[in-house]
Amino acid sequence: MQAYLTLTRRELGSFFVSWIGYVVIAGSIFLMGLSFVSLLETLQNEATPMPVAEIFLESYYFWLILLFSAPVITMRLFSLEKYSGTFETLMTTPVGDLEVVLAKFTAAMFFYAATWLPLLAFILLLRPFASNASMVDTGAIGSAFLGIFLIGTLYMAMGCFASSLTQSQIVAAMISFALGIGLFIVSYLSESLPLQKSWANDLLACASMKVHMQDFARGMVDTRYIVFYLSLSAFFLFLTYRVVESRRWK
Amino acid sequence: MTNGMMIEVSDLTKRYAGTTAVNGLSFTVGRGEIVGLLGRNGAGKTTTMRILSCFMPATSGSARVSGLDVFKDADEVRRRIGYMPENNPLHQDMRVREYLKFRARLKGLSRSRSRERVDRVVEQCGLGDVSKRIIGQLSKGYRQRVGLADALVHEPELIILDEPTIGLDPNQIRSVRQLIKELGNHHTVLISTHILPEVEMTCSRVLIMKGGKIVAADTPDNLQKGGQVVAEIAAPMKDLKEAMEDLSGVTHLSVAAAEGEYQRCTLTLADGLDLRPEIFKLVKERGWKLRELARVRPSLEDIYIRLTRPEGEEENS
Repeated sequence: MQAYLTLTRRELGSFFVSWIGYVVIAGSIFLMGLSFVSLLETLQNEATPMPVAEIFLESYYFWLILLFSAPVITMRLFSLEKYSGTFETLMTTPVGDLEVVLAKFTAAMFFYAATWLPLLAFILLLRPFASNASMVDTGAIGSAFLGIFLIGTLYMAMGCFASSLTQSQIVAAMISFALGIGLFIVSYLSESLPLQKSWANDLLACASMKVHMQDFARGMVDTRYIVFYLSLSAFFLFLTYRVVESRRWK
Repeated sequence: MTNGMMIEVSDLTKRYAGTTAVNGLSFTVGRGEIVGLLGRNGAGKTTTMRILSCFMPATSGSARVSGLDVFKDADEVRRRIGYMPENNPLHQDMRVREYLKFRARLKGLSRSRSRERVDRVVEQCGLGDVSKRIIGQLSKGYRQRVGLADALVHEPELIILDEPTIGLDPNQIRSVRQLIKELGNHHTVLISTHILPEVEMTCSRVLIMKGGKIVAADTPDNLQKGGQVVAEIAAPMKDLKEAMEDLSGVTHLSVAAAEGEYQRCTLTLADGLDLRPEIFKLVKERGWKLRELARVRPSLEDIYIRLTRPEGEEENS
Protein backbone atom coordinates (compact mmCIF):
# COMPACT_ATOMS: atom_id res chain seq x y z
CA MET A 1 0.00 0.00 0.00
CA GLN A 2 2.80 2.37 0.89
CA ALA A 3 4.54 1.63 -2.38
CA TYR A 4 1.29 2.19 -4.28
CA LEU A 5 0.71 5.58 -2.69
CA THR A 6 4.32 6.64 -3.09
CA LEU A 7 4.28 5.66 -6.73
CA THR A 8 0.94 7.33 -7.42
CA ARG A 9 2.20 10.55 -5.89
CA ARG A 10 5.38 10.49 -7.88
CA GLU A 11 3.50 9.78 -11.15
CA LEU A 12 0.99 12.53 -10.49
CA GLY A 13 3.80 14.90 -9.58
CA SER A 14 5.63 14.16 -12.80
CA PHE A 15 2.65 15.45 -14.82
CA PHE A 16 3.17 18.82 -13.24
CA VAL A 17 6.94 19.05 -13.67
CA SER A 18 6.89 18.22 -17.36
CA TRP A 19 5.50 20.33 -20.17
CA ILE A 20 3.10 17.56 -21.17
CA GLY A 21 0.82 18.13 -18.20
CA TYR A 22 0.48 21.83 -18.89
CA VAL A 23 0.02 21.35 -22.63
CA VAL A 24 -2.84 18.93 -21.99
CA ILE A 25 -4.46 21.27 -19.48
CA ALA A 26 -4.03 24.29 -21.75
CA GLY A 27 -5.35 22.41 -24.78
CA SER A 28 -8.35 21.09 -22.87
CA ILE A 29 -9.21 24.48 -21.45
CA PHE A 30 -8.92 26.05 -24.90
CA LEU A 31 -11.33 23.50 -26.40
CA MET A 32 -13.67 23.79 -23.44
CA GLY A 33 -13.64 27.54 -23.90
CA LEU A 34 -14.58 27.15 -27.56
CA SER A 35 -17.33 24.76 -26.63
CA PHE A 36 -18.59 27.27 -24.09
CA VAL A 37 -18.80 29.90 -26.80
CA SER A 38 -20.77 27.60 -29.06
CA LEU A 39 -22.94 26.62 -26.11
CA LEU A 40 -23.78 30.27 -25.44
CA GLU A 41 -24.59 30.78 -29.10
CA THR A 42 -26.95 27.83 -29.08
CA LEU A 43 -28.66 29.11 -25.97
CA GLN A 44 -29.04 32.58 -27.48
CA ASN A 45 -30.61 31.47 -30.75
CA GLU A 46 -33.61 29.55 -29.71
CA ALA A 47 -35.18 28.03 -26.68
CA THR A 48 -34.16 24.46 -26.15
CA PRO A 49 -35.46 21.84 -23.76
CA MET A 50 -32.04 20.22 -23.48
CA PRO A 51 -30.07 20.66 -20.25
CA VAL A 52 -26.73 22.41 -20.78
CA ALA A 53 -24.71 19.33 -20.00
CA GLU A 54 -26.36 17.58 -22.89
CA ILE A 55 -25.78 20.46 -25.25
CA PHE A 56 -22.13 20.35 -24.34
CA LEU A 57 -21.80 16.60 -24.78
CA GLU A 58 -23.72 16.77 -28.07
CA SER A 59 -20.97 18.94 -29.51
CA TYR A 60 -17.80 17.37 -30.82
CA TYR A 61 -15.56 19.29 -28.48
CA PHE A 62 -16.00 16.71 -25.76
CA TRP A 63 -14.85 13.89 -28.03
CA LEU A 64 -12.03 15.97 -29.40
CA ILE A 65 -10.70 16.61 -25.92
CA LEU A 66 -11.10 13.00 -24.90
CA LEU A 67 -9.56 11.47 -27.99
CA PHE A 68 -6.54 13.75 -27.99
CA SER A 69 -5.84 14.16 -24.31
CA ALA A 70 -6.06 10.49 -23.34
CA PRO A 71 -3.10 9.31 -25.46
CA VAL A 72 -0.99 12.28 -24.42
CA ILE A 73 -1.72 11.78 -20.73
CA THR A 74 -0.93 8.08 -20.79
CA MET A 75 1.83 7.78 -23.38
CA ARG A 76 4.78 8.21 -21.07
CA LEU A 77 3.54 6.09 -18.14
CA PHE A 78 5.45 2.94 -19.01
CA SER A 79 7.29 3.73 -22.23
CA LEU A 80 9.40 6.50 -20.75
CA GLU A 81 10.47 4.27 -17.88
CA LYS A 82 11.34 1.51 -20.29
CA TYR A 83 13.22 3.90 -22.54
CA SER A 84 15.26 5.52 -19.79
CA GLY A 85 15.89 2.28 -17.94
CA THR A 86 14.20 3.37 -14.71
CA PHE A 87 11.80 0.48 -15.25
CA GLU A 88 14.62 -1.78 -14.10
CA THR A 89 15.27 0.18 -10.92
CA LEU A 90 11.53 0.28 -10.27
CA MET A 91 11.06 -3.44 -10.76
CA THR A 92 13.94 -4.36 -8.48
CA THR A 93 12.31 -2.67 -5.50
CA PRO A 94 9.86 -4.71 -3.43
CA VAL A 95 6.86 -3.49 -5.42
CA GLY A 96 4.37 -5.83 -7.07
CA ASP A 97 3.64 -5.61 -10.80
CA LEU A 98 -0.03 -5.01 -10.08
CA GLU A 99 0.78 -2.18 -7.70
CA VAL A 100 2.85 -0.49 -10.40
CA VAL A 101 0.06 -0.80 -12.98
CA LEU A 102 -2.61 0.45 -10.60
CA ALA A 103 -0.50 3.33 -9.33
CA LYS A 104 0.19 4.58 -12.83
CA PHE A 105 -3.45 4.20 -13.79
CA THR A 106 -4.61 6.03 -10.66
CA ALA A 107 -2.24 8.90 -11.29
CA ALA A 108 -3.47 9.19 -14.89
CA MET A 109 -7.08 9.14 -13.67
CA PHE A 110 -6.44 11.92 -11.17
CA PHE A 111 -4.81 14.02 -13.82
CA TYR A 112 -7.60 13.33 -16.29
CA ALA A 113 -10.19 14.32 -13.70
CA ALA A 114 -8.22 17.50 -13.00
CA THR A 115 -8.27 18.51 -16.66
CA TRP A 116 -12.09 18.40 -16.61
CA LEU A 117 -12.52 20.56 -13.53
CA PRO A 118 -12.64 23.84 -15.47
CA LEU A 119 -15.80 22.57 -17.17
CA LEU A 120 -17.51 22.68 -13.80
CA ALA A 121 -16.68 26.37 -13.55
CA PHE A 122 -18.30 27.02 -16.95
CA ILE A 123 -21.47 25.29 -15.90
CA LEU A 124 -21.65 27.05 -12.57
CA LEU A 125 -21.13 30.31 -14.43
CA LEU A 126 -24.26 29.65 -16.44
CA ARG A 127 -26.43 28.91 -13.47
CA PRO A 128 -27.34 32.48 -12.42
CA PHE A 129 -28.44 33.23 -15.98
CA ALA A 130 -30.57 30.18 -16.51
CA SER A 131 -34.25 31.02 -16.94
CA ASN A 132 -35.23 27.57 -15.87
CA ALA A 133 -33.52 25.79 -12.94
CA SER A 134 -33.83 22.40 -14.61
CA MET A 135 -31.49 23.65 -17.35
CA VAL A 136 -28.60 23.50 -14.91
CA ASP A 137 -29.76 20.58 -12.88
CA THR A 138 -27.26 19.38 -10.30
CA GLY A 139 -28.21 15.75 -10.77
CA ALA A 140 -27.77 15.89 -14.53
CA ILE A 141 -24.43 17.65 -14.18
CA GLY A 142 -23.37 15.06 -11.64
CA SER A 143 -24.27 12.20 -13.91
CA ALA A 144 -22.59 13.94 -16.88
CA PHE A 145 -19.41 14.14 -14.85
CA LEU A 146 -19.81 10.52 -13.85
CA GLY A 147 -20.00 9.70 -17.56
CA ILE A 148 -16.90 11.75 -18.30
CA PHE A 149 -15.13 9.96 -15.48
CA LEU A 150 -16.22 6.49 -16.57
CA ILE A 151 -15.30 7.01 -20.19
CA GLY A 152 -11.97 8.38 -18.96
CA THR A 153 -11.38 5.21 -16.95
CA LEU A 154 -11.62 3.19 -20.13
CA TYR A 155 -9.43 5.55 -22.15
CA MET A 156 -6.79 5.75 -19.42
CA ALA A 157 -6.74 1.96 -19.16
CA MET A 158 -6.32 1.67 -22.93
CA GLY A 159 -3.55 4.26 -22.76
CA CYS A 160 -1.76 2.33 -20.00
CA PHE A 161 -1.94 -0.78 -22.12
CA ALA A 162 -0.59 1.00 -25.21
CA SER A 163 2.23 2.55 -23.19
CA SER A 164 3.26 -0.76 -21.66
CA LEU A 165 3.75 -2.25 -25.12
CA THR A 166 6.57 -0.06 -26.33
CA GLN A 167 9.60 2.01 -25.41
CA SER A 168 8.59 4.86 -27.66
CA GLN A 169 6.15 7.45 -26.40
CA ILE A 170 5.08 8.32 -29.94
CA VAL A 171 4.24 4.73 -30.75
CA ALA A 172 2.36 4.44 -27.45
CA ALA A 173 0.36 7.56 -28.25
CA MET A 174 -0.44 6.29 -31.74
CA ILE A 175 -1.62 2.92 -30.47
CA SER A 176 -3.84 4.41 -27.81
CA PHE A 177 -5.18 6.99 -30.30
CA ALA A 178 -6.02 4.21 -32.75
CA LEU A 179 -7.77 2.20 -30.04
CA GLY A 180 -9.65 5.28 -28.88
CA ILE A 181 -10.77 6.33 -32.36
CA GLY A 182 -11.73 2.74 -33.15
CA LEU A 183 -13.99 2.53 -30.16
CA PHE A 184 -15.48 5.94 -30.90
CA ILE A 185 -16.29 5.01 -34.49
CA VAL A 186 -18.36 2.09 -33.25
CA SER A 187 -20.97 4.67 -32.19
CA TYR A 188 -21.33 5.76 -35.80
CA LEU A 189 -21.34 2.24 -37.15
CA SER A 190 -24.40 1.41 -35.08
CA GLU A 191 -26.08 4.56 -36.33
CA SER A 192 -25.33 3.99 -39.99
CA LEU A 193 -26.26 0.33 -40.06
CA PRO A 194 -29.71 -0.54 -41.44
CA LEU A 195 -32.34 -0.71 -38.80
CA GLN A 196 -33.02 -4.39 -39.02
CA LYS A 197 -32.72 -6.40 -35.90
CA SER A 198 -29.59 -8.48 -35.70
CA TRP A 199 -27.29 -9.47 -32.90
CA ALA A 200 -24.43 -7.51 -34.46
CA ASN A 201 -26.53 -4.41 -34.50
CA ASP A 202 -27.52 -4.94 -30.88
CA LEU A 203 -23.93 -5.41 -29.86
CA LEU A 204 -22.82 -2.25 -31.64
CA ALA A 205 -25.67 -0.32 -30.10
CA CYS A 206 -24.56 -1.45 -26.65
CA ALA A 207 -21.06 -0.20 -27.33
CA SER A 208 -22.16 3.18 -28.64
CA MET A 209 -20.42 5.66 -26.42
CA LYS A 210 -22.37 8.52 -27.98
CA VAL A 211 -25.61 7.05 -26.73
CA HIS A 212 -24.07 6.40 -23.34
CA MET A 213 -22.94 9.97 -22.99
CA GLN A 214 -26.30 11.32 -24.13
CA ASP A 215 -28.02 9.36 -21.40
CA PHE A 216 -25.52 10.41 -18.78
CA ALA A 217 -26.00 14.03 -19.76
CA ARG A 218 -29.74 13.68 -19.37
CA GLY A 219 -29.19 12.47 -15.85
CA MET A 220 -29.77 8.81 -16.58
CA VAL A 221 -27.31 6.53 -14.87
CA ASP A 222 -27.74 3.15 -16.46
CA THR A 223 -25.93 0.34 -14.62
CA ARG A 224 -25.30 -1.38 -17.96
CA TYR A 225 -23.08 1.54 -18.96
CA ILE A 226 -21.23 1.48 -15.67
CA VAL A 227 -20.60 -2.22 -16.06
CA PHE A 228 -19.52 -1.66 -19.69
CA TYR A 229 -16.87 0.91 -18.79
CA LEU A 230 -15.62 -0.67 -15.60
CA SER A 231 -15.31 -4.16 -17.04
CA LEU A 232 -13.56 -2.95 -20.20
CA SER A 233 -11.20 -0.85 -18.10
CA ALA A 234 -10.46 -3.82 -15.87
CA PHE A 235 -9.82 -5.87 -19.00
CA PHE A 236 -7.28 -3.39 -20.36
CA LEU A 237 -5.59 -3.05 -16.97
CA PHE A 238 -5.35 -6.80 -16.80
CA LEU A 239 -3.71 -6.82 -20.23
CA THR A 240 -1.29 -4.16 -19.04
CA TYR A 241 -0.48 -6.24 -16.00
CA ARG A 242 0.23 -9.24 -18.21
CA VAL A 243 2.50 -7.18 -20.45
CA VAL A 244 4.44 -5.87 -17.44
CA GLU A 245 4.68 -9.39 -16.14
CA SER A 246 5.72 -10.76 -19.53
CA ARG A 247 9.38 -9.82 -19.01
CA ARG A 248 9.46 -12.89 -16.78
CA TRP A 249 8.46 -15.26 -19.55
CA LYS A 250 10.93 -14.09 -22.14
CA MET B 1 21.16 -17.47 8.33
CA THR B 2 21.96 -20.73 6.63
CA ASN B 3 25.69 -20.98 6.22
CA GLY B 4 26.97 -17.45 6.06
CA MET B 5 26.92 -17.35 2.26
CA MET B 6 25.49 -14.18 0.82
CA ILE B 7 25.02 -15.39 -2.73
CA GLU B 8 24.75 -19.02 -3.77
CA VAL B 9 24.24 -19.63 -7.45
CA SER B 10 24.10 -23.15 -8.76
CA ASP B 11 23.72 -24.35 -12.31
CA LEU B 12 22.00 -21.15 -13.39
CA THR B 13 20.95 -20.95 -17.02
CA LYS B 14 19.21 -18.15 -18.86
CA ARG B 15 18.18 -18.51 -22.47
CA TYR B 16 16.80 -15.73 -24.59
CA ALA B 17 15.23 -16.46 -27.93
CA GLY B 18 18.11 -17.94 -29.87
CA THR B 19 20.97 -17.31 -27.45
CA THR B 20 22.11 -18.60 -24.11
CA ALA B 21 23.29 -15.69 -22.00
CA VAL B 22 24.13 -17.64 -18.87
CA ASN B 23 25.03 -21.29 -19.17
CA GLY B 24 25.19 -23.50 -16.09
CA LEU B 25 26.70 -20.83 -13.89
CA SER B 26 27.69 -21.68 -10.32
CA PHE B 27 29.46 -19.57 -7.74
CA THR B 28 29.19 -18.40 -4.16
CA VAL B 29 29.96 -15.13 -2.47
CA GLY B 30 30.52 -14.96 1.28
CA ARG B 31 29.32 -12.21 3.58
CA GLY B 32 31.45 -9.07 3.63
CA GLU B 33 33.29 -9.87 0.43
CA ILE B 34 33.79 -7.38 -2.37
CA VAL B 35 33.62 -9.46 -5.50
CA GLY B 36 34.38 -8.29 -9.01
CA LEU B 37 32.60 -9.87 -11.93
CA LEU B 38 34.71 -9.61 -15.08
CA GLY B 39 34.11 -10.62 -18.63
CA ARG B 40 33.78 -9.34 -22.15
CA ASN B 41 30.64 -7.66 -23.36
CA GLY B 42 28.00 -10.34 -23.72
CA ALA B 43 29.64 -12.74 -21.29
CA GLY B 44 26.47 -12.76 -19.19
CA LYS B 45 27.41 -10.36 -16.39
CA THR B 46 24.37 -8.12 -16.65
CA THR B 47 22.03 -11.08 -17.06
CA THR B 48 23.46 -12.67 -13.92
CA MET B 49 22.97 -9.44 -12.00
CA ARG B 50 19.44 -9.02 -13.28
CA ILE B 51 18.55 -12.50 -12.13
CA LEU B 52 20.09 -11.93 -8.71
CA SER B 53 18.19 -8.68 -8.31
CA CYS B 54 14.90 -10.43 -9.20
CA PHE B 55 14.32 -8.36 -12.35
CA MET B 56 13.82 -11.53 -14.35
CA PRO B 57 13.88 -15.21 -13.57
CA ALA B 58 16.36 -17.75 -14.89
CA THR B 59 15.42 -20.50 -17.30
CA SER B 60 16.74 -23.13 -14.93
CA GLY B 61 18.98 -23.52 -11.91
CA SER B 62 18.76 -21.78 -8.60
CA ALA B 63 20.03 -18.59 -7.06
CA ARG B 64 19.86 -17.72 -3.39
CA VAL B 65 20.58 -14.47 -1.67
CA SER B 66 21.15 -14.70 2.04
CA GLY B 67 19.57 -18.15 1.96
CA LEU B 68 16.40 -16.92 0.21
CA ASP B 69 15.42 -18.09 -3.22
CA VAL B 70 15.30 -15.21 -5.71
CA PHE B 71 12.25 -16.66 -7.49
CA LYS B 72 10.13 -17.68 -4.54
CA ASP B 73 10.98 -14.96 -2.04
CA ALA B 74 11.49 -12.20 -4.57
CA ASP B 75 10.06 -9.43 -2.40
CA GLU B 76 12.19 -10.30 0.59
CA VAL B 77 15.30 -10.62 -1.57
CA ARG B 78 14.62 -7.25 -3.20
CA ARG B 79 14.46 -5.72 0.26
CA ARG B 80 17.94 -7.03 0.98
CA ILE B 81 19.53 -5.97 -2.28
CA GLY B 82 20.63 -2.57 -3.45
CA TYR B 83 20.96 -2.71 -7.21
CA MET B 84 22.38 -0.13 -9.55
CA PRO B 85 21.80 -1.13 -13.17
CA GLU B 86 24.14 -0.42 -16.05
CA ASN B 87 24.05 3.24 -17.16
CA ASN B 88 22.48 4.16 -13.85
CA PRO B 89 18.97 5.18 -14.91
CA LEU B 90 17.42 7.94 -12.81
CA HIS B 91 14.31 10.07 -12.95
CA GLN B 92 15.73 13.15 -14.63
CA ASP B 93 12.91 15.42 -13.53
CA MET B 94 13.29 14.94 -9.79
CA ARG B 95 15.50 16.65 -7.27
CA VAL B 96 18.21 14.62 -5.59
CA ARG B 97 16.75 14.51 -2.11
CA GLU B 98 13.22 14.12 -3.42
CA TYR B 99 14.32 11.17 -5.55
CA LEU B 100 16.14 9.44 -2.72
CA LYS B 101 13.17 9.91 -0.46
CA PHE B 102 10.84 8.52 -3.12
CA ARG B 103 13.06 5.49 -3.52
CA ALA B 104 13.34 4.95 0.22
CA ARG B 105 9.56 5.03 0.60
CA LEU B 106 9.18 2.72 -2.38
CA LYS B 107 11.50 0.26 -0.69
CA GLY B 108 9.22 0.23 2.32
CA LEU B 109 11.01 2.49 4.80
CA SER B 110 8.83 4.40 7.22
CA ARG B 111 8.59 8.18 6.89
CA SER B 112 10.94 9.00 9.75
CA ARG B 113 13.34 6.19 8.92
CA SER B 114 13.54 7.27 5.29
CA ARG B 115 14.34 10.84 6.32
CA GLU B 116 17.09 9.56 8.56
CA ARG B 117 18.53 7.25 5.90
CA VAL B 118 18.37 9.86 3.15
CA ASP B 119 20.34 12.27 5.36
CA ARG B 120 22.87 9.54 5.98
CA VAL B 121 23.39 8.50 2.34
CA VAL B 122 23.49 12.10 1.14
CA GLU B 123 26.38 12.64 3.51
CA GLN B 124 27.98 9.29 2.76
CA CYS B 125 27.97 9.86 -0.99
CA GLY B 126 28.97 13.51 -0.80
CA LEU B 127 25.70 14.83 -2.22
CA GLY B 128 25.18 17.59 0.34
CA ASP B 129 25.93 20.41 -2.11
CA VAL B 130 23.55 19.17 -4.80
CA SER B 131 20.72 17.71 -2.72
CA LYS B 132 18.27 20.33 -3.99
CA ARG B 133 19.36 20.25 -7.63
CA ILE B 134 17.42 18.55 -10.40
CA ILE B 135 19.03 15.25 -11.33
CA GLY B 136 18.89 15.95 -15.07
CA GLN B 137 21.19 18.92 -14.59
CA LEU B 138 23.86 17.12 -12.59
CA SER B 139 27.23 16.02 -13.92
CA LYS B 140 27.78 12.37 -14.61
CA GLY B 141 29.88 11.90 -11.49
CA TYR B 142 27.17 13.27 -9.26
CA ARG B 143 24.51 11.19 -10.98
CA GLN B 144 26.58 8.10 -10.37
CA ARG B 145 26.69 9.00 -6.69
CA VAL B 146 22.93 9.49 -6.67
CA GLY B 147 22.60 5.97 -8.11
CA LEU B 148 24.89 4.63 -5.41
CA ALA B 149 22.98 6.51 -2.73
CA ASP B 150 19.78 4.96 -4.06
CA ALA B 151 21.31 1.49 -3.88
CA LEU B 152 22.33 2.14 -0.27
CA VAL B 153 19.31 3.94 1.06
CA HIS B 154 17.50 0.93 2.51
CA GLU B 155 20.63 -0.51 4.12
CA PRO B 156 20.79 -3.63 1.98
CA GLU B 157 22.92 -6.58 2.94
CA LEU B 158 24.05 -7.04 -0.62
CA ILE B 159 24.91 -4.30 -3.08
CA ILE B 160 25.02 -5.13 -6.77
CA LEU B 161 26.60 -2.55 -9.03
CA ASP B 162 26.68 -2.99 -12.80
CA GLU B 163 29.62 -1.00 -14.16
CA PRO B 164 29.55 1.73 -11.53
CA THR B 165 32.49 3.71 -12.92
CA ILE B 166 31.71 3.64 -16.63
CA GLY B 167 32.09 7.02 -18.30
CA LEU B 168 33.59 8.82 -15.34
CA ASP B 169 36.77 10.89 -15.35
CA PRO B 170 39.76 9.57 -13.36
CA ASN B 171 39.08 11.74 -10.34
CA GLN B 172 35.47 10.65 -10.20
CA ILE B 173 36.48 7.03 -10.64
CA ARG B 174 38.80 7.38 -7.71
CA SER B 175 36.11 8.80 -5.44
CA VAL B 176 33.54 6.19 -6.47
CA ARG B 177 36.12 3.48 -5.92
CA GLN B 178 36.89 4.86 -2.48
CA LEU B 179 33.19 4.79 -1.69
CA ILE B 180 32.86 1.18 -2.80
CA LYS B 181 35.81 0.23 -0.61
CA GLU B 182 34.16 1.84 2.39
CA LEU B 183 30.95 -0.05 1.64
CA GLY B 184 32.85 -3.30 1.95
CA ASN B 185 33.10 -2.75 5.69
CA HIS B 186 29.39 -3.21 6.24
CA HIS B 187 27.98 -4.80 3.12
CA THR B 188 28.65 -7.51 0.63
CA VAL B 189 29.37 -5.97 -2.75
CA LEU B 190 29.19 -7.51 -6.21
CA ILE B 191 30.43 -5.25 -8.98
CA SER B 192 30.88 -5.83 -12.66
CA THR B 193 33.43 -3.83 -14.53
CA HIS B 194 35.82 -3.69 -17.46
CA ILE B 195 38.37 -1.62 -15.63
CA LEU B 196 40.95 -4.04 -14.31
CA PRO B 197 42.99 -1.83 -12.02
CA GLU B 198 39.72 -1.11 -10.27
CA VAL B 199 39.30 -4.78 -9.51
CA GLU B 200 42.85 -5.10 -8.26
CA MET B 201 42.33 -2.18 -5.93
CA THR B 202 38.86 -2.82 -4.59
CA CYS B 203 37.94 -6.46 -4.84
CA SER B 204 38.82 -9.22 -2.47
CA ARG B 205 37.88 -11.82 -5.07
CA VAL B 206 37.43 -11.96 -8.80
CA LEU B 207 35.05 -14.02 -10.92
CA ILE B 208 35.88 -14.09 -14.60
CA MET B 209 33.03 -15.03 -16.91
CA LYS B 210 33.14 -16.26 -20.45
CA GLY B 211 30.27 -17.51 -22.55
CA GLY B 212 27.91 -17.55 -19.56
CA LYS B 213 30.27 -19.58 -17.37
CA ILE B 214 32.82 -18.84 -14.69
CA VAL B 215 36.31 -19.55 -16.03
CA ALA B 216 38.23 -18.35 -13.01
CA ALA B 217 37.33 -17.49 -9.45
CA ASP B 218 40.03 -16.47 -7.03
CA THR B 219 41.66 -13.57 -5.25
CA PRO B 220 43.56 -11.21 -7.53
CA ASP B 221 46.79 -12.28 -5.79
CA ASN B 222 46.21 -15.95 -6.39
CA LEU B 223 45.31 -15.36 -10.00
CA GLN B 224 48.55 -13.56 -10.46
CA LYS B 225 50.65 -16.35 -8.94
CA GLY B 226 53.39 -17.96 -10.91
CA GLY B 227 54.78 -15.73 -13.55
CA GLN B 228 58.40 -15.28 -14.37
CA VAL B 229 61.72 -14.65 -12.68
CA VAL B 230 64.34 -12.65 -14.51
CA ALA B 231 67.97 -12.84 -13.50
CA GLU B 232 71.08 -11.29 -15.04
CA ILE B 233 74.12 -13.26 -14.09
CA ALA B 234 77.76 -13.08 -15.20
CA ALA B 235 78.68 -16.69 -15.87
CA PRO B 236 79.66 -18.95 -18.75
CA MET B 237 76.60 -19.60 -20.87
CA LYS B 238 76.92 -23.39 -20.79
CA ASP B 239 77.35 -23.74 -17.01
CA LEU B 240 74.54 -21.33 -16.40
CA LYS B 241 72.13 -23.18 -18.63
CA GLU B 242 72.91 -26.51 -17.00
CA ALA B 243 72.54 -25.10 -13.51
CA MET B 244 69.25 -23.48 -14.39
CA GLU B 245 67.85 -26.62 -15.94
CA ASP B 246 68.55 -28.46 -12.69
CA LEU B 247 66.19 -26.17 -10.79
CA SER B 248 62.80 -27.75 -10.25
CA GLY B 249 59.54 -26.07 -11.11
CA VAL B 250 60.74 -24.30 -14.24
CA THR B 251 58.32 -24.77 -17.12
CA HIS B 252 60.21 -22.70 -19.63
CA LEU B 253 63.75 -21.33 -19.69
CA SER B 254 65.51 -18.95 -21.99
CA VAL B 255 69.02 -17.65 -21.63
CA ALA B 256 70.28 -14.86 -23.83
CA ALA B 257 73.39 -12.79 -23.86
CA ALA B 258 73.09 -9.34 -22.33
CA GLU B 259 75.74 -6.60 -22.52
CA GLY B 260 79.26 -7.52 -21.39
CA GLU B 261 79.77 -10.77 -19.61
CA TYR B 262 76.15 -10.94 -18.38
CA GLN B 263 73.54 -13.42 -19.51
CA ARG B 264 69.88 -12.69 -19.15
CA CYS B 265 67.84 -15.70 -17.94
CA THR B 266 64.09 -15.71 -18.08
CA LEU B 267 62.44 -18.51 -16.15
CA THR B 268 58.75 -19.20 -16.46
CA LEU B 269 57.61 -20.88 -13.27
CA ALA B 270 54.85 -23.22 -12.28
CA ASP B 271 51.95 -21.74 -10.29
CA GLY B 272 52.75 -20.55 -6.81
CA LEU B 273 56.51 -20.85 -7.06
CA ASP B 274 59.20 -18.29 -6.43
CA LEU B 275 62.74 -19.44 -7.24
CA ARG B 276 64.55 -16.24 -6.37
CA PRO B 277 66.20 -17.62 -3.16
CA GLU B 278 67.38 -20.71 -5.01
CA ILE B 279 68.89 -18.65 -7.78
CA PHE B 280 70.64 -16.43 -5.27
CA LYS B 281 72.04 -19.51 -3.48
CA LEU B 282 73.25 -20.91 -6.77
CA VAL B 283 75.05 -17.71 -7.69
CA LYS B 284 76.70 -17.56 -4.26
CA GLU B 285 77.87 -21.18 -4.40
CA ARG B 286 79.41 -20.80 -7.85
CA GLY B 287 80.87 -17.40 -7.14
CA TRP B 288 79.13 -15.76 -10.11
CA LYS B 289 78.13 -12.14 -10.25
CA LEU B 290 74.47 -11.17 -10.04
CA ARG B 291 73.18 -7.75 -11.07
CA GLU B 292 69.44 -8.25 -11.37
CA LEU B 293 67.01 -10.64 -9.81
CA ALA B 294 63.34 -9.87 -10.14
CA ARG B 295 59.98 -11.51 -10.22
CA VAL B 296 57.63 -10.43 -12.96
CA ARG B 297 54.01 -10.99 -12.05
CA PRO B 298 51.50 -11.30 -14.83
CA SER B 299 49.12 -8.37 -14.69
CA LEU B 300 45.47 -9.09 -14.10
CA GLU B 301 44.99 -7.79 -17.60
CA ASP B 302 47.19 -10.55 -19.07
CA ILE B 303 45.22 -13.16 -17.20
CA TYR B 304 41.91 -11.63 -18.17
CA ILE B 305 42.89 -11.50 -21.83
CA ARG B 306 44.17 -15.07 -21.73
CA LEU B 307 41.02 -16.41 -20.04
CA THR B 308 38.43 -14.55 -22.04
CA ARG B 309 40.00 -14.90 -25.46
CA PRO B 310 37.53 -16.59 -27.82
CA GLU B 311 38.57 -20.05 -28.87
CA GLY B 312 40.71 -20.20 -31.98
CA GLU B 313 41.93 -16.63 -31.69
CA GLU B 314 45.70 -16.45 -31.56
CA GLU B 315 47.62 -14.50 -29.01
CA ASN B 316 49.05 -11.58 -30.87
CA SER B 317 51.68 -10.41 -28.42
